[in-house]
Amino acid sequence: MELLAFGKTGWGDELFYATLMTIAVSVTAMLIGFIFALIFTPLKLSKFKSLNLIGNFYTTVIRGVPELLVIYLFFFGGSGAIMYVASIFGYFEYIEINAFITGSMAIGIISGAYSTEVFRGAIQSIDKGQFEAAKVLGISKFAQFYKIILPQMLRLAIPNLSNVWQITLKDTSLISVTGLVEIMRQSYIAAGSTRDPLFFYSFAAVLYLLLTYLSMKLINKLEAKYSRGY
Amino acid sequence: MDFDLMITSFPKLLSATVVTLKLLSASLFFGLFIGLFFAILRMNKNILVNKFAYGYSYVFRGTPLLVQIFIIYFGLGQIEYLRSTILWVILKEPYWCAIIAFTLNTGAYTSEILRSAFQTIKPGIIEAGKSLGISNKIIFYKIQIPIAIRQSLPAYGNEIILMMKGTSLASTVTLMDLTGVAKYIISTTFKPIEIFIVAGGIYLFMTFLIHNLIKFLEKKYSFQ
Repeated sequence: MELLAFGKTGWGDELFYATLMTIAVSVTAMLIGFIFALIFTPLKLSKFKSLNLIGNFYTTVIRGVPELLVIYLFFFGGSGAIMYVASIFGYFEYIEINAFITGSMAIGIISGAYSTEVFRGAIQSIDKGQFEAAKVLGISKFAQFYKIILPQMLRLAIPNLSNVWQITLKDTSLISVTGLVEIMRQSYIAAGSTRDPLFFYSFAAVLYLLLTYLSMKLINKLEAKYSRGY
Repeated sequence: MDFDLMITSFPKLLSATVVTLKLLSASLFFGLFIGLFFAILRMNKNILVNKFAYGYSYVFRGTPLLVQIFIIYFGLGQIEYLRSTILWVILKEPYWCAIIAFTLNTGAYTSEILRSAFQTIKPGIIEAGKSLGISNKIIFYKIQIPIAIRQSLPAYGNEIILMMKGTSLASTVTLMDLTGVAKYIISTTFKPIEIFIVAGGIYLFMTFLIHNLIKFLEKKYSFQ
């Protein structure tokens, strides 16, 4: 137990901050994923074949390639890409991007592919009459989406989004390969310096279980809120 | 774009794909048995047995695969007792540790898939078997299992693809699978995009094959 003490003698506080880091990366990645989903869901549902193709390319490639490979692409290629863009604007110094940003971008793009599929499925399962009724009533396209489609869509999407959240949360453990100090990386450091990997990795597993358990509780509440009236 | 690098690295990545496929097939093979075993336990009426099977699938589905590999590869070696047993022959090899972790992980997901497949079998089918005087054992093996396999094909296809992506984590315990070799080439040449296209292309091709295989099986074993 003294291994988990807070302060200089134990790893309690380090692991606590690492857990906060995991939560921060997961939330950021999930939000980045939503932004990607907002861009790619309309593309997938568009009438134009070429836009469909772009949307399908994104979701197929990202969901068909291992997460670790995507993370390596961002880890090794991220600063190169930024430097290339900067060089166009006449900036030639070395730019290093922080591990938090690369990590959450990589995980965000992965989570975005899953979110896109969830949103697409949810919108497609809304009754066509809802769109038509809104049109007939002369409601503007914007109000149509925010007041009619979105609330119905969220109810359908939340159970599947909770799966996406679980996947995202677990995927953040892979960012440890880039050196960002989240649960997995901190356990690796602690296991290395105390020579007690079994304890620290098991404790990491417990932390992840706790996070998934607590987030499920929270999501169930959200689900109940959005299913009012059903 | 460095096309020469893409061409020269292709054979290296292709031979690493063999390692990935070996890991995948071994863990799917063992995982299917573990999954079936725990799915049967889940349907047991004894609450303790039931809770045990639930706990197994909850823990393995609720924690990242990376943690599971690290516990088995780095953690188990720490137990002095294990080092003296015959098990150590297996546990000191990263290859077998990865397979054990993948097997236990896919077993947990498979048990959930099979359990829900068993539960969707209409009671009428089992009753029909009973009224024909077929023994419980034969009902299970000849009626329930074939129907459950058909029911679970789409979900199991997804699990195979997820597991194929999961085998990339073997590279974190020094195994040179497709991702491992890709990372090695990237870190020596600093050409991430080219290697990503080649390695990602191989993964996508495998996903494509698995997807179509499952579609074919679904059609072949459909009820209509």
